[in-house]
Amino acid sequence: MECVLGVVGRDFAVVAADTSAVQSILVHKTDEDKVMVLDSHKLMGASGEPGDRVQFTEFIQKNLHLYQFRNTIPLSTAAAANFTRGELATALRKNPYMVNIILGGYDKDVGASLYYIDYIATLHKIDKGAFGYGSYFCLSLMDKLYHPDMTVEEAVDLVDKCIKEIRLRLVVAPQNFVIKIVDKDGAREYARRELVGHNAPVEAATTVAA
Amino acid sequence: MARYDRAITVFSPDGHLFQVEYALEAVRKGNAAVGVRGTDTVVLGVEKKSTPKLQDSRSVRKIACLDTHIALACAGLKADARVLINRARVECQSHRLTVEDPVTVEYITRYIAGLQQKYTQSGGVRPFGLSTLIVGFDPYTDKPALYQTDPSGTFSAWKANATGRNSNSMREFLEKNYKETSGKETIKLAIRALLEVVESGGKNIEVAVMTKNDGLRELEEAEIDEYVAEIDAEKAAAEAAKKGAPKDT
Repeated sequence: MECVLGVVGRDFAVVAADTSAVQSILVHKTDEDKVMVLDSHKLMGASGEPGDRVQFTEFIQKNLHLYQFRNTIPLSTAAAANFTRGELATALRKNPYMVNIILGGYDKDVGASLYYIDYIATLHKIDKGAFGYGSYFCLSLMDKLYHPDMTVEEAVDLVDKCIKEIRLRLVVAPQNFVIKIVDKDGAREYARRELVGHNAPVEAATTVAA
Repeated sequence: MARYDRAITVFSPDGHLFQVEYALEAVRKGNAAVGVRGTDTVVLGVEKKSTPKLQDSRSVRKIACLDTHIALACAGLKADARVLINRARVECQSHRLTVEDPVTVEYITRYIAGLQQKYTQSGGVRPFGLSTLIVGFDPYTDKPALYQTDPSGTFSAWKANATGRNSNSMREFLEKNYKETSGKETIKLAIRALLEVVESGGKNIEVAVMTKNDGLRELEEAEIDEYVAEIDAEKAAAEAAKKGAPKDT
């Protein structure tokens, strides 16, 4: 039921994910941040086995930091994506990580880029993508509404439409989402979309009789 | 004596570990390095021996960043330094991964010292030929720290210290002139200590400053020259004042 999606716009990439932490019929928390800031200009949205997700993304993050300390320059997004895929591939036939990843980054020379990395170490460079049951709805929406060089407002609007569709059509849909953005100024949280929990709008879904 | 300084580190009859002492000799031949701890700043300074004309000096970094809040300078065998620095960098990230917290300066110093000690008690290896000066800020108390390790694997915390060539003169100078400083005064003290043993000028010194908020910053050559000019002016003023005084005696 976890969803991760990403979209590339003009000189930025957006990565969004739901923020539910679910185990069988119990929702542990509704504000679990699944989009990790790998370094100053990279975002890694991950979904899958909760233990693997945290373990693997933190491992990748620390290795990226180590590279930066050793070489004084950060790894490019493409290099980071290939490194991630390599780690998944190495572990695949021994002790696989059940994690699906959307990796978004910004490099000065290349601009914004987005990578699709699934748990069996498939790597694709993409403009738009999604994981999870939500992808059944998101991908079609993106096919219809995406165009190259979107502005931040257009891209976030597309993500919002995807979120709306997931909330509407997915049984046991995740209610809360986090949207993060990476551009020349760095990777940061852009917004949260919350229907449940402390920060949800108070009036929620009740209608008042006239 | 000659029988006890073979390729492995074993005790001599009078309790010396000659290999370790010879490693300290290697340190004494290395370039001068100084570290000074202030109230809000820690400074590392290293002597830059004249670079050959065809060498790209940017590829010879004497002060290494171990993590965002820890830096290291060393004196001795540079190749050994590379190995030690690499292991320390991995340990810094490893620590962050396993306990989700950055290392304290003491932790990473203890780790490096532990590594150096291991190589004084293993078969078929020689000790690391370098002493390190490790500076940083404690991530929990925000206090600046300066530590030194040596080839024997001992480490201790210092307010100011020097290692490498002419370290005794520098340490004497620091003992005489140390006082609690902050910001620019700390930088000046470090540069003054280095200038005791190094030829004057920004070309011959590499200085890095670490603060709590801005991490490690290498000073530009021009900046160092500014400090050197200030120091020279102060020295000249002190000399002039001294010359003025004898009227009383």
